[in-house]
Amino acid sequence: MTDIALKLDRLSVGYGDFPVLDGLDLSLPRGRITAIVGANACGKSTLLRAMSRLLKPRSGRVLLDGVEIHAMAPRKLARRIGLLPQSPVAPEGITVFDLVSRGRHPHQGMFGRWRREDDAAVAEALRLTGTGPLAERLVEDLSGGQRQRVWIAMALAQQTDILLLDEPTTFLDINHQIEVLDLLTDLNRERGTTIVMVLHDLNLAARYADLLVAMAHGRIHAAGLPRTVLVERMLVEVFGLDARIVADPVTAKPMMVPVGRHGADPARAAIHPMENAS
Amino acid sequence: MVHAPAPLMPRRVLGARRLAFAAILLGLLGIAMLLSLGLGSRVTGWADLGAALSGEVETMGEATVASRVPRTALAALAGAALGLAGAVMQGVTRNPLADPGILGVNAGAALAVVTGLATLGLASAQAYIWLAILGATGAAIAVYAIASVGGGGATPLKLALAGAALTAALASLTTAIVLPRGDIAGLVQSWLVGGVGGATWDRIVPVLPFLGTGALLSLATARKLNMLALGDETASALGESLWRVRILAAAGAVTLCGAATAACGPIAFVGLVVPHLCRLLLGVDYRWILPASAVSGAVLLVLADVAGRLLARPAELDVGIVTAFLGAPVFIWIVRARRVSAL
Repeated sequence: MTDIALKLDRLSVGYGDFPVLDGLDLSLPRGRITAIVGANACGKSTLLRAMSRLLKPRSGRVLLDGVEIHAMAPRKLARRIGLLPQSPVAPEGITVFDLVSRGRHPHQGMFGRWRREDDAAVAEALRLTGTGPLAERLVEDLSGGQRQRVWIAMALAQQTDILLLDEPTTFLDINHQIEVLDLLTDLNRERGTTIVMVLHDLNLAARYADLLVAMAHGRIHAAGLPRTVLVERMLVEVFGLDARIVADPVTAKPMMVPVGRHGADPARAAIHPMENAS
Repeated sequence: MVHAPAPLMPRRVLGARRLAFAAILLGLLGIAMLLSLGLGSRVTGWADLGAALSGEVETMGEATVASRVPRTALAALAGAALGLAGAVMQGVTRNPLADPGILGVNAGAALAVVTGLATLGLASAQAYIWLAILGATGAAIAVYAIASVGGGGATPLKLALAGAALTAALASLTTAIVLPRGDIAGLVQSWLVGGVGGATWDRIVPVLPFLGTGALLSLATARKLNMLALGDETASALGESLWRVRILAAAGAVTLCGAATAACGPIAFVGLVVPHLCRLLLGVDYRWILPASAVSGAVLLVLADVAGRLLARPAELDVGIVTAFLGAPVFIWIVRARRVSAL
């Protein structure tokens, strides 16, 4: 993992006097999937916002190919890094096609003339996300899973080599969560897109990420392969959670199972529901 | 590389629909302007209309029609300015209740003009326009600052409430300045309600460069407003600088409002009604909404002026009163239809 897409160099970000990120160092590998996990308010989303230049660092730098992103022209940066916010908003009455087309904005000139390559980019984004049949539908009429695929399509039409996503699976049913993560994996495999996402679900993060980053209190607690990061000690230190790590029966990647206060209760464990019923 | 079934066809259909709508709008504007020239408290005929337009004014009827020409032009210009400014303000604040009248921008311009009349005794029309733009800017900044206080930022309803409160305060101040001054009270009374009656070319010409500048600034924001409609985060990720959009849009809208108010007083609701109508008919693309709002605003204000002349014959209702009658129900409809958070 020598090829670095984004590099954070002693990055500190804060709102007012309160530091949210505190001297962070992190290198995100190009062409890989990175998942960022951590307890609420640990600075995950702030990190993503700083990487997409929504927040200005108090000190330190975010480097894209060695160039500080805050020194780049906004449109130029928007051709390199795409962002899908946690709760994106669409105007009422917008069609899927129109929304996805707006992803072409940073590629268009002063007068925004629509060119053939724009058509091609939008068509490909619709195809990859399977949203082509929805193109003429209104975004507000779609289900949560469909809508999320449409937003990903918009970010794809932007044709960036790096895609940042803030909790892309939140508010989705589990089948749609898997659908979205599979889609992101496809993009990573087929187009080499570098994917950096904040995820809530640790097991899904360990399963889909090449690199797992655990954050606590505005710092990187651990970063590395999922099997080195998702360990029992990390769960205690970052989440204050007692859990066991087992091998995911499908992928053999680490999977965590929380103990909980009643989990290992021998009195309950002895009662088999079927026996009870008879 | 990838040859997906191109979804071009529906876009062409939408394009054709938009072109048809543009043609209809321009046709409506023509009809409205003819009505405005032909109808009024004094009854005139088609012959008078032809004579007045060809410049040969001989009879009383012909003179009446000729006097309606600058009035019609002013109504069209002011309506276009307010419609366009309303659309830009709704886009930049993502607030469906934004309107130059509701947010207090026109009231700020009016107060500045009246203050100038009462204390400075300014002579040139230019000075009043600058003063109006200054007042409009001050009101816009104040209303945004008031609405931003407290949690949640400047939400649509907070912005509308702050605007209503500010409008009331500014209007009271304006009245307080005008009332004790018998010399200017008569002069500004009709102007304060918002009227285009008694318009002369001397009053219109100085406003034109300001309206032109404001219109250019506003129209230049169209694509940026399309991005802003996707939320601050997405707009920024798509390469827009949020503050640049806001400043450009505010400069355009405030210039339009200031110039329009200087010419015909504070007129409310045109900027509220028209962009909603255009959005319903044309969809969410500001490259269409903005110019369509300008033309529709012109149609609306010209027709409102005609209605004001006919309803109160032989007297006239000022156009600002007519737009208030039209706009208030629309305001209520927007709030009731829960479209408040929908932009």
